[in-house]
Amino acid sequence: MGISEDISARSPPGVFEALRRSGAGIAGCGGLGSNIAVMMARSGIGRLVLADFDRVEIGNLNRQRYDLDDIGKPKAEALKEAILSIDPGITVETYDVVLDRSNIKEIFSGCDIIFEAFDSPEAKSMILEAVLSDMPGKPIICGNGMGGISDPSLMSTRKIAENAYVCGDGVSGMDSGLCAPRVCICAGLMANKAIQILTGSGKNV
Amino acid sequence: MKVNGENESIAGGMTVKEYLDGRGYDASKSAVLLNGKVVPRAEFGSVTLSDGDSMEIVSFVGGG
Repeated sequence: MGISEDISARSPPGVFEALRRSGAGIAGCGGLGSNIAVMMARSGIGRLVLADFDRVEIGNLNRQRYDLDDIGKPKAEALKEAILSIDPGITVETYDVVLDRSNIKEIFSGCDIIFEAFDSPEAKSMILEAVLSDMPGKPIICGNGMGGISDPSLMSTRKIAENAYVCGDGVSGMDSGLCAPRVCICAGLMANKAIQILTGSGKNV
Repeated sequence: MKVNGENESIAGGMTVKEYLDGRGYDASKSAVLLNGKVVPRAEFGSVTLSDGDSMEIVSFVGGG
């Protein structure tokens, strides 16, 4: 039995196998994207496409899945190292680019699901519009409202269209600061919805 | 019509942009679905709303 199979020993039946056959695209490798990538890796995802134009800074370490050794590295590359240190059997593609309407389809077309994990609200609405318009039927999960430290139970997963979901409380932005617990809880809501979709158990939930 | 699941009365012929502006939404941070179909941002000013419509507005805040 290889490492990957051993990792799945405690997984719910069928989850690891379904995810192993699947690919996920992560648009933005910050607080949401880095934690989502790690959760998807631990859950069995077979392929990850990571895209971010940014470099790791010390100020990211309060919530993002990087450490001091990663400072200055392109985020997508540093995240790839983290993923492969969990499970070297995952195929990881990285893009050190600014994502926009002109390249989103090309970069993520081979993925079964796309995570919106940007920080700017303009970029968030841009990719949601781009995926719904240019990639009909492709599931997308967005994060919206995970700032501050207010009660995380106010965060939820909302279905806004067939194959489109938004997680978060919808109101807590960056002005209240970003702290690891709520960012990771939102990332967890997003990863969990993806697992439901990829295993065929939550498409219409 | 329905907006984010709530019943609402709107003036006849109102555009998506007029609705967003009137309710204080920032169009550049919003995504709009009308009857399950995305309304491209470039068409906010030309697509009009009518009584039986169902609209979903996702108004994004920063953070990720």
